[in-house]
Amino acid sequence: MIEVENVQKKFGLLEVLKGVSLTVEKGEVVSIIGGSGSGKSTLLMCINGLESIQGGRVLVDGIDVHAKDTNLNKLRQRIGIVFQQWNAFPHLTVLENTMLAPRKVLGKPKEEAKAVAIAQLEHVGLVDKLDVYPSKLSGGQQQRMAIARALAMSPKYMLFDEVTSALDPQLVSEVLDTMRLLADEGMTMICVTHEMGFARDVSDRVAFFHEGVVEEIGPPSQIFGKRSKSPETKKFLANVR
Amino acid sequence: MIETSMTWSDLMFMLNGAGKTLLITFWAVAGGTTLGIVFGLIRATGSLWISIPLGFILDILRSVPLLIQFILANSFQAIAGLNATPFVVGCTVLGLYTSAYCTEIVRGGVLAVPQTTRRAARSLGLSYTQDLTNIVFPLATRAMLPSWIGLTLGVMKDSALVLWIGIIELLRSSQIIITRIQEPLFVLSVAGLIYFLISFPISRIGAHLERKWREDD
Ligand SMILES: Nc1ncnc2c1ncn2[C@@H]1O[C@H](COP(=O)(O)OP(=O)(O)OP(=O)(O)O)[C@@H](O)[C@H]1O
Ligand SMILES: [Mg+2]
Repeated sequence: MIEVENVQKKFGLLEVLKGVSLTVEKGEVVSIIGGSGSGKSTLLMCINGLESIQGGRVLVDGIDVHAKDTNLNKLRQRIGIVFQQWNAFPHLTVLENTMLAPRKVLGKPKEEAKAVAIAQLEHVGLVDKLDVYPSKLSGGQQQRMAIARALAMSPKYMLFDEVTSALDPQLVSEVLDTMRLLADEGMTMICVTHEMGFARDVSDRVAFFHEGVVEEIGPPSQIFGKRSKSPETKKFLANVR
Repeated sequence: MIETSMTWSDLMFMLNGAGKTLLITFWAVAGGTTLGIVFGLIRATGSLWISIPLGFILDILRSVPLLIQFILANSFQAIAGLNATPFVVGCTVLGLYTSAYCTEIVRGGVLAVPQTTRRAARSLGLSYTQDLTNIVFPLATRAMLPSWIGLTLGVMKDSALVLWIGIIELLRSSQIIITRIQEPLFVLSVAGLIYFLISFPISRIGAHLERKWREDD
């Protein structure tokens, strides 16, 4: 379970998160939607400790992410994250990219790490690209590789930060299909997304972010339907449609 | 055929000098690169309290002419009674000089690795050191190689200045032969050829690695 309690985050004077609270249960898929600059990416980075916080706390399986004595390298093994920018390691092949963390972080022997990596690359449909360098992959393939790379660590949670928004439109669906597959398999996921169709179909709950707080959260039928109570949500959705 | 009174033993004498040149270059580049990596990391990621004074000292090493550094260091070590041989003084001064340039190369290389790539590595659970050794160094090496090759070749040529503290390297040995046989053009051509034969493989290896890496990414 991921528990975000009243989290505050500042970059200098800029207050990006102004008391965000959000709980994600095991097996749940929560989508986060909201305008640009509302702090969605920042929240994901606070959840796995890539960013510090100035107030509140984040608990992952009851472990306080930002406590001084928390071993972040260990904690991050159970949280996979895929970013908007493609960030394959350009000097490593697809297979090596995917094997690196199981080898170095989990200390798996080479053959075992390789087997895990190949299984995950098969999962995302990239087994025919094992020995290819990332620069030869399309954006969609790079993102699927990033998903496989994160899955190779057998995480309990997957965080997705607008993984399709830098892609050409015809490549979006192959990545969304991979995410759907994961959701169907019962992975616990937080997906920051601009794909409203995906948020509606796949999520158990949708959170609407506005100016550093969760303005509204509920099942897709509430957020996208007539029952939405927040005028800000209505305004945002009217603009994206 | 070219008429010359240069003998085989003269050539051996010059090759001996070339050996000295290579040896000094080797130690200076090895030591300078090691220090340069440490200093470069400090300059790229360390706290400003160390980074700024360090940058200042390295700036001095880069701006005072090498010849002056050799002569000053040699005189000071004599006054201080260190009893260092000219060879040790030469390698040390040239090594520090190399480290000053290498530091900036390493700093640039490390900063050229995108923050997003490093964040991805950390998000997989790699520690700070694992990120450095598995991601930052390999990527930075690619970015740094051309400048580093250039630095190495430059240091090899600059090493000729150690003749001023009494080391008989390639250039000094050539001078000695010129004084004796009075054929400056021929002897200097031979010396130039030897310098070229040393440099050429180094720059070829560099170009080869660069091409190989470019094919990958
Ligand atoms: N490292 C940083 N230093 C300073 N300001 C930052 C930093 N990272 C983000 N910000 C600022 O924090 C605010 C929130 O950024 P964030 O990336 O979380 O927004 P977002 O909701 O993900 O937006 P988008 O939909 O455009 O990705 C923005 O105003 C951004 O400029
Ligand atoms: Mg974002």
